[in-house]
Amino acid sequence: MDSVGNIIVYFAIAIALVIFSIKAVTAKKILRAATYLLFVLIGTAIFYFQLGYQFLGAVQIAVYAGGIMVLFVFAILLTNKPNEQDTEGKNRRKIWGFLVSAASCVLLLFAVFYMPLIHGASLVECLSASNMITMHDIGEAFTGGEKFQYLLPFEAISVLLLACIIGGVTIARKD
Amino acid sequence: MEVIIPILILAFPLFTFLLLGLCGMKMSHKIAGFIGIAMLGTTAVLAYIVACTYYFSGNPEFILDGVRQQYQVFDVTWLAFTQSLVVKIGFLIDPISALMLVVITTISFMVHLYSWGYMEGEPGFQRYYAFLSLFTFSMLGLVVATNIFQMYIFWELVGVSSYLLIGFFYKLPSAVSASKKAFIVTRFADLGFLIGILLLSYYTDTFNFIELTQNPELVFGTTGGATYMGASVLTWAMVLIFTGGMGKSAMMPLHIWLPDAMEGPTPVSALIHAATMVVAGVYLVARMFPLYCVVDFSLTFICCVGAITAFYAAMVACAQTDIKRILAFSTISQIAFMMVSLGVAYDKPIEGVHYSGLGYMAGMFHLFTHAMFKALLFLGAGALIHAVHSNEYTAMGGLRKYMPITHWTFLIGCLAIAGIWPFAGFFSKDEMLAAMFQRHWFWGAWMTMVAGLTAFYMFRLYFLVFWNKENPHYKEHKPHDGPWQMSVPLLLLAGVSICCGWIQFGEFVTWNGEPYHIHIEAPVACTSLIVACVGIGLAALMYLKPNNLPAQFKNAWPAFWKAANRRFYWDEIYMFITHNIIFNIICKSIAWFDRHVIDATMDGFAKVTQSISYRIRGMQSGEVQGYVGWYISGAIVIGAIAWLCFA
Amino acid sequence: MDLSMLWYLVPSIIMFVCGIYGFMTRKNLIAILISLELMLNSADLNFVIFNRYLFPGSMEGMIFTLFAVALAAAETAIAIAIIINIYRAVGNTDINDVKQMRF
Repeated sequence: MDSVGNIIVYFAIAIALVIFSIKAVTAKKILRAATYLLFVLIGTAIFYFQLGYQFLGAVQIAVYAGGIMVLFVFAILLTNKPNEQDTEGKNRRKIWGFLVSAASCVLLLFAVFYMPLIHGASLVECLSASNMITMHDIGEAFTGGEKFQYLLPFEAISVLLLACIIGGVTIARKD
Repeated sequence: MEVIIPILILAFPLFTFLLLGLCGMKMSHKIAGFIGIAMLGTTAVLAYIVACTYYFSGNPEFILDGVRQQYQVFDVTWLAFTQSLVVKIGFLIDPISALMLVVITTISFMVHLYSWGYMEGEPGFQRYYAFLSLFTFSMLGLVVATNIFQMYIFWELVGVSSYLLIGFFYKLPSAVSASKKAFIVTRFADLGFLIGILLLSYYTDTFNFIELTQNPELVFGTTGGATYMGASVLTWAMVLIFTGGMGKSAMMPLHIWLPDAMEGPTPVSALIHAATMVVAGVYLVARMFPLYCVVDFSLTFICCVGAITAFYAAMVACAQTDIKRILAFSTISQIAFMMVSLGVAYDKPIEGVHYSGLGYMAGMFHLFTHAMFKALLFLGAGALIHAVHSNEYTAMGGLRKYMPITHWTFLIGCLAIAGIWPFAGFFSKDEMLAAMFQRHWFWGAWMTMVAGLTAFYMFRLYFLVFWNKENPHYKEHKPHDGPWQMSVPLLLLAGVSICCGWIQFGEFVTWNGEPYHIHIEAPVACTSLIVACVGIGLAALMYLKPNNLPAQFKNAWPAFWKAANRRFYWDEIYMFITHNIIFNIICKSIAWFDRHVIDATMDGFAKVTQSISYRIRGMQSGEVQGYVGWYISGAIVIGAIAWLCFA
Repeated sequence: MDLSMLWYLVPSIIMFVCGIYGFMTRKNLIAILISLELMLNSADLNFVIFNRYLFPGSMEGMIFTLFAVALAAAETAIAIAIIINIYRAVGNTDINDVKQMRF
């Protein structure tokens, strides 16, 4: 049995996520769309907190909401004249998109509801003290080469980010 | 023996070829010619050294208890395909290869020297010398081959250089087609050679000549009595190997390329198509002789082919008008003579006659003398062509006053080939005829008749060119002897043609290495002399002075004369077979099949693909969102199908 | 009332479907990129949910999400660099003007 607080938080965030997701893809102004995306990302972070992944939630806010959103905002300011509206595509495309997304929604919901893996475990049961992840565990997972340790992917990611920096600079440079 | 000299013998001509071929165009004609001649002179000296060491040193590795030995100076592995299929390159010295070294380098040197005068100012002079060197290299490599595969490799190289030199004047369509004809015909024959080599080596597990010939009965035993179409495998192998020799030595019915090969420069004809390359077939048979002896049938086959070819070529030579063609048919006839001589040779005593390898010795003797006097005749013909700028005897006549050196040397050559004492041809021909009579009177009589024909057609040529009536054009353009580079080889070769018959050839070259003392058999010698004189007399009667006897003969049997003039229609027969039967019936149907079935299928695939692509290219609209729509729709469909299948 | 796995999966699915819709209908390249981020985010959320409910004792889903976040950052940076370059070349960021890759 989950606590009432948890359930209230869940509903608030879930409704917010749905609304902001829809707004993010339908907003006329791009800057607004980006703002709605920011809200979605923060909502997701709250979900992470609620699921017991504090570190992940913090990373989500710091990297996504903090870093990537800033990139988005700068890009929008660089490429859009103020108050410019993103006129949506042709009607045909809109209907087409709506049909496709509705179909995939039906398929996915169908799949989720009939998924044999779902059982009645509640969040509280899963969040028992023994399952909590400490910073110590995460640190160890990223600094070893044993099973369930990820030093090599971690290093690969750092090289990838370096490459991405150089690539971004090279592509966007004016020359 | 030192290894270095034999290697140098092969290396000098190869180096000359590379040098002149790669940077000859940067040199002046004089330098290129001088390099060619000097290098070949060095090679000739080295070859003489090797031959003299072999024949005269008395070293036990060369001559043991009076029997000449086969000696491999070196034999290195070149390509090792498998354990048993190993190709080696080596240098074999035995009586015949030492002989061939001398013949090739001598004639080649004479031709190099002669060409300096003859080819003066021709475009591609350096290329000419490069090819001559390539030819000399290949021919030397051929004769010193230690194994049959090396021989085959150099055999093909010789064919290539022959092709290159026949087509030397590549701007003339006739030269181009002649070179292609020579190459294709000999290549076709070499197919048989290759199959023969493979058959032989498959059963014997070796390519090496010494291993093959030392113990022929054992070789015969290894085939295990395998037969094909009634003949033993070894018989097939030997006959097929001889096919290669037939192609190179222009035996019937593969002779058609040699007359056309006269499109090449005349010194080339002298070197390649008279003295050296065309006797490669004879050399091949001599080289494998012990194996041929084991299979009676193949020797008889060689004999028959030779006898028919000799007569045919002599007949045709009587009716030609182009002096080089006459000499070409004479060459075919003389090589056939050698073939018959080898064919009648036999290593076992027959019917009480003790020594029967005489034909082998005589054939090689004739190869030697023939190389000398036929090169002389060709070089003389070159001098004539140089002087009157035509190959036809109708443009000549009465030239003896204008070209004394050419006249006298040519006369010596004619006397030598006709077999008049004391010129070289008399001795070798006498030995050959003696060998033939020894085997069977029929061969002897037949070939004596051919010898008479030889005397007739050679002196017909001689009288028509140097006597008869003068051509009126001489007044405008006075013919004269060539420069000294051309005269010197003529004189030298004439000297050799006079005296080389006196060599005790049997001391040097016999089938088993044991010396044989040559003695003139009076009945045979008298018969052949009389027949030769009759031939000469007949020629003199008809052609010494202008008269109407030739015309009467021509009119008496017009069809026969025409047939002989057209070489008994062999070229037409080949043309009919290749063009009408092979090209028209077989090739055209195959071409139709290729075009309308195979090509059409492929074209159909291409066309269908193209039209479908053209129709569906609209899907590549460049609109990313359209692509995404299709992609997700596809994913949904796949998901739905998976759901329906597994749920 | 229990908060089972399904409760969390449903908002995630809706987020993903919104991403598809936006990807297919928006004209502005940056808006398309935003839709892409939405989809990616929903996938991340799924990893975490499955980790929590199905394998509560381990943390591989979380680690995967961490890497995915880092990858998303890299991808966004490059994508934005490309978009800026396109803007420089074409003059706007309309996807209908970037159609050179056609037949």
